[in-house]
Amino acid sequence: MTDLLNIRKLSVSFKMEYETTDAVRNVSITLRPGEVLGIVGESGAGKSTIGNAIVNLLEPPGEITRGEVLFKGQDLRNLDDKQMRDVRGKKIGMIFQDPQTSLNPLMTIGGQLIETINKTINLYGSEATNKVIELLESVGIDEPEARLNLYPHQFSGGMRQRVVIALALAGDPDLIIADEPTTALDVSIQAQILDLIKKLCQERQVGVIIITHDIGVIANISDRVTVMFNGQAVESGEVKQILTNPKHEYTKSLIAAVPRGDRKVERFKSIDYIEGGAQTQRRIDLDQHWLGKKFTQHYSDTAISINDLNKKYSLKKAFLKRNRSYVHAVKDVSLSIKTGESFGLVGESGSGKSTIAKLVAGLVSTDKGSIKLFDQEVTNKSKGKDVIAARRNLQMIFQDPYSSLNARMRVQDIVSEPISYYKTASTNMEMRQIVRDLLDHVGLGSNAMLKYPHEFSGGQRQRISIARALASRPKILICDEPTSALDVSVQAHILNLLKDLQDDLGLTILFISHDLPVIRQMCDRVAVMRHGSICEIATTDSLFEKPQHEYSKHLLELMPKTDFI
Amino acid sequence: MSLVVFTMINIVGDPVDMLVNPESLPDEIERVRSDFGLDQPAHIQYIKFLQGALSGDLGNSFIFGRPALALIAERFPATLELATCALIIAIVFGLPLGIYAGLNPKSFGTRIIMGGSVLGISIPTFWLGLMMIIIFSVVLGWLPVSGRGDIGSFLGLESSAFTLDGLSHLIMPATNLALFKIAMVIRLARAGTVEVMSLDFIKFARARGLPPERLVRFHLLPNILIPIITVLAIEFGTLIAFATVTETIFAWPGLGKLVIDAIVNLDRPIVVAYLMFVVTLFLLLNLIVDIIYAALDPRVRLNGDQ
Repeated sequence: MTDLLNIRKLSVSFKMEYETTDAVRNVSITLRPGEVLGIVGESGAGKSTIGNAIVNLLEPPGEITRGEVLFKGQDLRNLDDKQMRDVRGKKIGMIFQDPQTSLNPLMTIGGQLIETINKTINLYGSEATNKVIELLESVGIDEPEARLNLYPHQFSGGMRQRVVIALALAGDPDLIIADEPTTALDVSIQAQILDLIKKLCQERQVGVIIITHDIGVIANISDRVTVMFNGQAVESGEVKQILTNPKHEYTKSLIAAVPRGDRKVERFKSIDYIEGGAQTQRRIDLDQHWLGKKFTQHYSDTAISINDLNKKYSLKKAFLKRNRSYVHAVKDVSLSIKTGESFGLVGESGSGKSTIAKLVAGLVSTDKGSIKLFDQEVTNKSKGKDVIAARRNLQMIFQDPYSSLNARMRVQDIVSEPISYYKTASTNMEMRQIVRDLLDHVGLGSNAMLKYPHEFSGGQRQRISIARALASRPKILICDEPTSALDVSVQAHILNLLKDLQDDLGLTILFISHDLPVIRQMCDRVAVMRHGSICEIATTDSLFEKPQHEYSKHLLELMPKTDFI
Repeated sequence: MSLVVFTMINIVGDPVDMLVNPESLPDEIERVRSDFGLDQPAHIQYIKFLQGALSGDLGNSFIFGRPALALIAERFPATLELATCALIIAIVFGLPLGIYAGLNPKSFGTRIIMGGSVLGISIPTFWLGLMMIIIFSVVLGWLPVSGRGDIGSFLGLESSAFTLDGLSHLIMPATNLALFKIAMVIRLARAGTVEVMSLDFIKFARARGLPPERLVRFHLLPNILIPIITVLAIEFGTLIAFATVTETIFAWPGLGKLVIDAIVNLDRPIVVAYLMFVVTLFLLLNLIVDIIYAALDPRVRLNGDQ
């Protein structure tokens, strides 16, 4: 069969004023009709740049410096703007990562589909409308006629991504480039969308390029895979062969860093290839150090105990009670977490897991129920010294490392703030020394002290967050999706760090994630949440081996299969 | 608001001193004072004012002896006409120039536009107005120096914009008033364009092969209009309320001139009535903005059929 797409020795560079960055170097790719090719790599590997380069949508100053992009034998680089527009949409469709932002919020979805159909296949009026309805049906949207006049915000994330796929298919393209099509979606929706793409690919014999950082997605959907690292394709081949028997060092370490859902490993394997050489870490001797200072007070065996917790958020405010509407974010939740345990909360978005974290941390007030930290009631009705003391034992690490650090404070000030607030250091000199030690301990090095957060990568920022959390010498850490914004290798580093800290300091961890394999690696016990209530609480092993609740079984089934690695 | 205005205006000066001949006898001054009700304590005056205001009577002008509201209503059309004209000029020139600048950030034209907008914001209105009079009226003799000109009527609306003579009188003050707003619209439109063009849905629209004209008209324009309309509606209020400087320079018989005279003569009812009027105007404009918002942005509409 002839190749649908043939990229030969493609190089893309971004010329800046003082330096030129080579985002893609000498990459060659071939794709046949009806085939799914995965391009996998971490952020900055140049995988999205390839997708954009194919349809010439590179953001300036990016440009193709060398190589050929042969689409059905024709070099797309030779086309002018107008010819290129005829290729886009009509021959090559694209799907972007975030369905929240890839649709025009001020235009009905019908309007957006119709304008695309007008342009690509020259159908107008009722013919175009019929085609739109047919498209929406084929991507699995019910009652398409009624939904034509709805605006994007009236759809859920998964439905919006279906609309985006319908838009990509509107011109009957021969090739679809999907750039992280499911990254912003929940697992169950991810599975549906991937199935849909696979099905459309087989039915219509289109070629699909899936660009993703998620090995699980690649394993589920693609036929062949190209692994990108630092702008170069380090390895390509059949999925099975690459995943089971990787040749290149980078591929090996990448696969080793993927959390496994099938069994628990002690630590993630060394992935130093990715971060460029082993880090020289100076760790502190905890027996002697401030951080490891034992508290004289006795702590009970139950770190967190939650009883009949309820929280409603109001959706619509109204004077009359009957006109108000609420979403019941947390419904009659009771659980207790033992001291030193790491407890997982798992569920899809909107299941109320983050709300529980905020309630426990006191960031939002409770409606009903009680929360006790080491037998001290900390709900909003109780105030006083004891509550402040109890709260000090608890620190939080947030999901987004970019917005959870004050951009105008130096790292040293960020980390020292809790120390000076709780007055746990006697002199400024001592405080500075503690900050230095903390930064060393989380693997950042003390020369980070005088820098500002924007000078760090996502993973490094998350280390700063961890150092800040440790600075108040907590007994409990709440980690709310601490690694979901990070690359898999960085995730492995951060998870290793959290595990070490837990072992060294005897921390109790409440770990919140939607990612089952991560939960499996991190937690002793797990609670599965859905619609604000807990479906099942079990030890991690028994949940993964013998789930009791229907919903737990369902979630586990949807977990990307990595067992053949 | 009425309380604030009333208190403030009672603090500054005694209007009777301005109204009466300084050589008048003391009992004559007292007579004038009691005629206007100014001999009573301030809070009684205020209560009387409120009673009048509730029935639509904001008092009579001390100087003209006519209802203050009627005087304002008389002058208002001229100002409204000037402000509307200025607003239209601002949108017609500002929006395309701003979008052009946003789409071609590095071109030579953009530099000229942005440079011009800096000048537009920083040059004082009165100086520019004087310069315009010197160039277009005195040196070139193209346009009349001042006044409002003939008034025509079209579809029941009376405006000087409907006669050639009126238009020639209108164009210079309106442009003068608009220059600052053009500069502002350019900056808003450019900032909006730069921001929206970098969003995913524009990229996605390009990836579907849509031509640039369509991209700008249907995807870019509605999205940048929302913030621009918000600002412009408020600015329209300031155009009406504070066109004083331009009106003074071009001797435009609008509200500005009335108010300046009233302030100088301490004609309290007119000042109070004018300020009440401006407050109402801003409230109305805010309401209109909210309505336009809902029309433009489906996300703002309440009770959306989700």
